[in-house]
Amino acid sequence: MSGAKALMNSLEKEGVDIVFGLPGGANLPIYDALVDAKFRHVLVRHEQSAAHMADGYARIKRKAGVCLATSGPGATNLITGIATAYADSSPLIAITGQVPLNMIGKDAFQETDIIGVANPCTKYAFQPRYATEIPEVVKKSFYIAESGRPGPVLIDIPKDVQQDVTEIPFPDLIKVRGYKPIVDPDLSNVGKAVELLVSAQQPIIMAGGGVILSGAFSELQAVAELIMAPVVTTFKGKGAFPENHPLAMGPIGMHGHAEANRIILEADCILAVGARFSDRSVGRFDEFGKGMNIIHLDIDPAEIGKNKSVDIAIVGDVKSALRTMAKMLSKVAVKKNTENPWLKRRRELIDYFSQNIKDYPREVTARKALKKLRELLPAESIVTTEVGQCQMWTSLHFDVISPGTFFSSTGLGTMGFGFPASIGAKAARPDVHVVDVAGDGSFNMTENSLAVSVLENLPVIVFLLNNDMLGMVAQWQRTFYDRRYMGVHQKSCPDYVKIAEAYGASGFSVQSMDELEKAIKSALKTEVATVIDIRIDPEEDVYPFVAPGTGLKDMITGA
Amino acid sequence: MSSRELKSKPLYIISSLVENKPGVLFRITNLFRARNFNIESITVGITEKPDLSRMTITTRIDEAILDQLVKQLRKLIDIVEVEVLDINNTVYRELALIKIRAKDFTNRNEIINFANVFRANILDIGKESVTVEVIGTPDKIDAFKNLIIQYDIVEMARTGVSALQRGE
Repeated sequence: MSGAKALMNSLEKEGVDIVFGLPGGANLPIYDALVDAKFRHVLVRHEQSAAHMADGYARIKRKAGVCLATSGPGATNLITGIATAYADSSPLIAITGQVPLNMIGKDAFQETDIIGVANPCTKYAFQPRYATEIPEVVKKSFYIAESGRPGPVLIDIPKDVQQDVTEIPFPDLIKVRGYKPIVDPDLSNVGKAVELLVSAQQPIIMAGGGVILSGAFSELQAVAELIMAPVVTTFKGKGAFPENHPLAMGPIGMHGHAEANRIILEADCILAVGARFSDRSVGRFDEFGKGMNIIHLDIDPAEIGKNKSVDIAIVGDVKSALRTMAKMLSKVAVKKNTENPWLKRRRELIDYFSQNIKDYPREVTARKALKKLRELLPAESIVTTEVGQCQMWTSLHFDVISPGTFFSSTGLGTMGFGFPASIGAKAARPDVHVVDVAGDGSFNMTENSLAVSVLENLPVIVFLLNNDMLGMVAQWQRTFYDRRYMGVHQKSCPDYVKIAEAYGASGFSVQSMDELEKAIKSALKTEVATVIDIRIDPEEDVYPFVAPGTGLKDMITGA
Repeated sequence: MSSRELKSKPLYIISSLVENKPGVLFRITNLFRARNFNIESITVGITEKPDLSRMTITTRIDEAILDQLVKQLRKLIDIVEVEVLDINNTVYRELALIKIRAKDFTNRNEIINFANVFRANILDIGKESVTVEVIGTPDKIDAFKNLIIQYDIVEMARTGVSALQRGE
């Protein structure tokens, strides 16, 4: 058996049903073996998109996605996608071809030290030097990528290792002695947390991406309802908790919901679940959480105390820890009156801020467009975003109802992520609608994935909030640089309807709410990718805004 | 951070067992760089088990950062074990080779006398220099260096600290 064939067999054993990739000189043997593989191959138009597609697939399937690239530029093109997955703890297996072993270090054609390049943005990187190592390496890679705090793993296979034909063993068991993810939480710490939560007058839950990664949706809801605590999320945790739930407050942070940013300052006890206290979420580390008890539950011990020192730390799988917590709480917690002052305060803040929203004169605004999308889109549909204003507007104005149906490049903030990732999500869930809320700037970066969407029959809806600007940068230049615009104008190029049509997708240009409604309805009916080009005001800002280096209390609402 | 600020922070010795294979040292030093941790010294050598190396790292940092550093090291898959050694219950040594300028007889004699007091060995005597080997804690080596600095140090090579916890 050849190394390449062993790779295919190993991937099949891991249950892989789809890979996203692009061939080249150094991975030709892998592509030859793909001809006979039992899983699907999706040809991309740029390797960055292959990584994003595999990432989008992984976030919806909650198992590792796989992408392939050749050596050198193919491999380096993957890096942005790998770093995106790393920043958002998404399980990804990136398989690159490498020049033959005897050429490594000779600066050969299309040679890059991809192990060195990938080191800071992968959980691990393997370079098997014998074909016989491949099955073991693949098994280890999936184990490392999917367990503990998930993340990307790179497998770099020299061309001669792919070609080598020999007897190759497939181990049933592997051991990685330096890797011991903690799963079971320390029960005594859970008990202490329960005591604190029960005695708190103004408890709050901050749910992060860890809740989505572990699929702890019902467990989170159970705990929240037992202590009647309002639930805010981080941006990555958006959709960990149904945003139409009577305890939901939406995301906190730089562009969080105003009421969420405010209520968290008034809490006396915070339960942070699968969250890492990022600067984007909590503003200044030194100001955040002063005078309140902080309970931090996370699977990654290194997150405890990294940005914020805490009162009680629980290390373990979020799902199993929350389940234990709910069990303990159900024995002690007296169901609190829904009319208690803390929940009244929650209502008050929501009402206050809903009347303090800055409005814009155009008929179609980003806010109204997203509200319309929510109204027409079935609850179980999957929504992702590009990066910038379009992303933050989605966070603010689009309520995720079915937990785990929303994701975005929240950590690395990769423009061009949303569209290919939505195609990957569609591959994972062909039965539901998938929408990428895009901006014109981001969509530009990976719009050639339209070819993939059309040819591979993976239709998604690109909900393009087009302000003809690199809008978030323009907003900052407006706010902090005295309106001295530089490098932000897109000058109406290209025509997105024509772009869509050129790829065989359908395109709509929208200027009124009526046209928008028709376009969304039409997109939901068609079997082909649709780009809805929605013209919005170039001066529409994202509010609220917590400026960098300030605390949540310094939030500007714009109204 | 200035060297004076660094000196005011406590010295920690981190002892770790790591996979003995290519790329491991790179992964570890890269972590220090990426996370903005300071390394004072690092030594690597194989252990009684041929597939494991012992890496001894000394660093001067605040206790809170030390905790984060150890956790980040533990996350590295090539690191099998990490512990911060209790300095009071640890034997630790460093070796230094110091080539000292010594042109005349009196200087050489003085250097040799100092070396004897420090139980250091004279490894080489040339026409213009004496090379001394000092073994001890980093403090002892510093003390010797400060003493002979008056003669002009031509070159110095230090190994960094190797350490083991004392036996039960």
